[in-house]
Amino acid sequence: MSEWLKICPLEDIPRLGARVVRTAQGDVAVFRNAEDELFALADQCPHRGGPLSQGIVFDRRVSCALHGLTLNLDSGAAQAPDDGCAKKYRVRLDKGVVFLNLGA
Amino acid sequence: MRRMKLVMVGNGMAGVRTLEELLKLAPDLYDITVFGAETAPNYNRILLSPVLAGEQKFAQIILNDRAWYETRGISLHLGTAVTNIDRRARQVRAADGTVAPYDRLLFATGSIPIRLPIPGAELPGVLAYRDIADTEAMIAAAATHRHAVVIGGGLLGLEAANGLKARGMEVTVVHLAPWLMERQLDATAAGLLQTALEQRGLRFILGRETRELVRGGKKSGGRVAAVRLDDGSELPAELVVMAVGIRPNDALARESGLFCERGIVVNDTMMSYDPRIYAVGECVAHRGVAYGLVAPLFEQAKVCANHLAEFGIARYLGSTPSTKLKVTGIDVFSAGEFMGDSQTDDIVLLDKKGGVYKKLVLKDGKLVGAVLVGDTVDSSWYFQLLKDGKPVSEYRERLMFGQSGLGNTGHQGKNRAAELPDDFEVCGCNGVCKGTIVKTIKDRGLFTLEEVRQHTKASSSCGSCTGLVEQILASVVGGAYQPVLNSVKPMCRCTDYAHEDVRRAIRENRLMSIPEAMRFLEWRTPNGCASCRPALNYYLVCAWPHEYHDDAQSRFINERAHANIQKDGSFSVVPRIHGGVTTPAQLRRIAEVAEKYAVPTVKITGGQRIDLLGVKKDDLPKVWADLDMPSGFAYGKSIRTVKTCVGSEWCRFGVQDSTRLGIELEHALDRMWAPHKVKLAVSGCPRNCAEATIKDVGVVGVDSGWEIYVAGNGGIKAEVAQFLAKVKTGQEVLEFTGAFLQLYREEARYLDRSVHWVQRVGLDYVKGRVVEDAASRQALFGRLQEALRDQPDPWAEQVRTDSAEFRAIQLDSCQAEGNRDERMAENLPS
Repeated sequence: MSEWLKICPLEDIPRLGARVVRTAQGDVAVFRNAEDELFALADQCPHRGGPLSQGIVFDRRVSCALHGLTLNLDSGAAQAPDDGCAKKYRVRLDKGVVFLNLGA
Repeated sequence: MRRMKLVMVGNGMAGVRTLEELLKLAPDLYDITVFGAETAPNYNRILLSPVLAGEQKFAQIILNDRAWYETRGISLHLGTAVTNIDRRARQVRAADGTVAPYDRLLFATGSIPIRLPIPGAELPGVLAYRDIADTEAMIAAAATHRHAVVIGGGLLGLEAANGLKARGMEVTVVHLAPWLMERQLDATAAGLLQTALEQRGLRFILGRETRELVRGGKKSGGRVAAVRLDDGSELPAELVVMAVGIRPNDALARESGLFCERGIVVNDTMMSYDPRIYAVGECVAHRGVAYGLVAPLFEQAKVCANHLAEFGIARYLGSTPSTKLKVTGIDVFSAGEFMGDSQTDDIVLLDKKGGVYKKLVLKDGKLVGAVLVGDTVDSSWYFQLLKDGKPVSEYRERLMFGQSGLGNTGHQGKNRAAELPDDFEVCGCNGVCKGTIVKTIKDRGLFTLEEVRQHTKASSSCGSCTGLVEQILASVVGGAYQPVLNSVKPMCRCTDYAHEDVRRAIRENRLMSIPEAMRFLEWRTPNGCASCRPALNYYLVCAWPHEYHDDAQSRFINERAHANIQKDGSFSVVPRIHGGVTTPAQLRRIAEVAEKYAVPTVKITGGQRIDLLGVKKDDLPKVWADLDMPSGFAYGKSIRTVKTCVGSEWCRFGVQDSTRLGIELEHALDRMWAPHKVKLAVSGCPRNCAEATIKDVGVVGVDSGWEIYVAGNGGIKAEVAQFLAKVKTGQEVLEFTGAFLQLYREEARYLDRSVHWVQRVGLDYVKGRVVEDAASRQALFGRLQEALRDQPDPWAEQVRTDSAEFRAIQLDSCQAEGNRDERMAENLPS
């Protein structure tokens, strides 16, 4: 199942923020940074399961709301020296609309 | 743009640290070339002693391996001494013929050991103790020979002697002065140290000079065989280590015509007399001083990097060096003017049998020197007091008993960092044990608290174990440990500016948004980080309460969602109940909401409020709408609660109406953002049932009026609030309290509790602004009232605007691009 699912218009995701998308595979956090780049990660911090969508977004990173672990949005990997990785999903922008792909 | 060329001569700790700092500031400014005379990459020279003693391997003390240089594009020439510097052509020439042109040249040539000009000094088996080659030669000699003589009973000599002894040699130390380490210790301390070392089997000959090193017979292959002293006596020695001192390695600089005294002369920016040439480390003479210890060199590195990066704002003003002996099991520390004289006030503790000696030297009520033998647990604290130059007279009689003697209840009796077992949990927040911290420091070559925080997470949450972590760091890296001085600490790694600089810039230049502030202050990162953005947002809120457009994305989730996030991602809701006084109608409504939304836990909080725990984020706006009560701000760096006792209205002991004053205060301060949370309490009599003396502001009613206490804290480390003023009326309480909190809002650093801020600026300063100067007090209170005027209730605001923040996007697995139109309709806000 590698379909592109329509999520919402770009404006519905705050700049340097995120929205939660509830899917059958669990919550996915869709992030938007200052340059309007989009990223999607499983909404679960590898540290203690905190909701990444609630964190502070900066550059291409997010700092988890619970304990401040910082993840790279493009890979989902925790920033060194921490380790751990959140599952990454594909996301794209098409004519101002955000699409998410839950496939591998 | 063409990149400038930076050439560094020397590849030691000071130089490479300069490069590290430079790359942090300006990663793309230079093409960098490094020449190192040694064949090894940069290693931690101060840990050569543990290598010699067999406690660590050389690989463990390497700080920057070849890959480090490669990944940063630094061209590295190891084992390549520079032979000539042509300052006119701006190029250096190395022994192997390499020529490297430069725009900036950095001297980091270090020092060279002094060799005594005595007969036999050139014999095989005679070594200095300076680098890994010397160390390896000593290790090799220890394996095949029996007798060693170390000339020089200073820091390095003793570490060498100890290491050789640990490798099985019979070691004698010959020292010219009447006692060991005479430049760092007084006679008593040196005596204890000598006894401790003698118990390990070392021998000492003091007050004697070495005259000659005697060559052995044919069988020895011409190797040294004995040391002859000035009294004619001879000591057998197949290994002689000269550890009589170092001198700056400035020969190359001199040849190139640079002005040198005892070292390359530099100014406070680490620039030599040639503006293209900088110098750092042991080769430097700064204000007439050549430093031989690591901590000052790192400070120099930081300053030098700042100027190489063309920031041009740092100055090196000299350092107060301290010394720690790195001989396992023998703790010696010394700093400052440790000798004492007729002008000083010396406090001495001597326990000969126990091997403990402590001497603190005070002058004009300040600590100016310290010597510690046998128990150096408090050395970093003393050293900090010494460098800060703060008056210590207030606790003079307890000074000797260390930081724990001052009632640091957080770790009382547990701060003997070096003695703690490896499985001792240092950081309770992140579950980090001492062993992990020590191992990480060693394996990764860490030097600063910040690095330890990054790599281990210890001390990175509540910070109450910071002191302990610093002590562990100091005990592992010894003299290389650099305590961070509060006064110069940048806000975060996105900038070099301190909090105070940033606030001033925002005010003076009327900066009105986070991007504007970042541009003006030349932030290094495109949009800051999770640490500086909330701080900037607060500083802007505080500076321009009505003009600034609050940036929700720069607030932590709690303030963005106006509720407190819980470990499972749900939230807690605490409505405002002024003074903790509620009504049956309010309680009924809260009960109904709790049932309607199936709130799992309803709890009375420590601040006399009602907490609904476990509310889903999507439900928050509905819960608020149904409650129809204002937000209690239980989630914010803001006014939290004003706790009250019953007071004179009902209580048979009450002398003042504390409940009413508490309610008035809470109304007056409603919706006040602050650097950190702010808690108040009002008690109606000195029995103080509202526990006012552990609050940011505590008010206690007495018969004739109210006493106001400030800067208390009941958190990680309990702090009793300090008396600010006594006033007659409730109106005065409002004014004094408001003025105090406004001063805190305007001048404290983000995330400073009031206690930390008052500790830093001093209560006298606060009294000067709030109590003694009525005009200043009224102005402060006026600014607070102006800031709080017409601030909307965030819950009502949220219910009104219905922002997307609280709505998740529902998606079923079967939905695909095909039926996009229905999905869009569903997801779009109406």
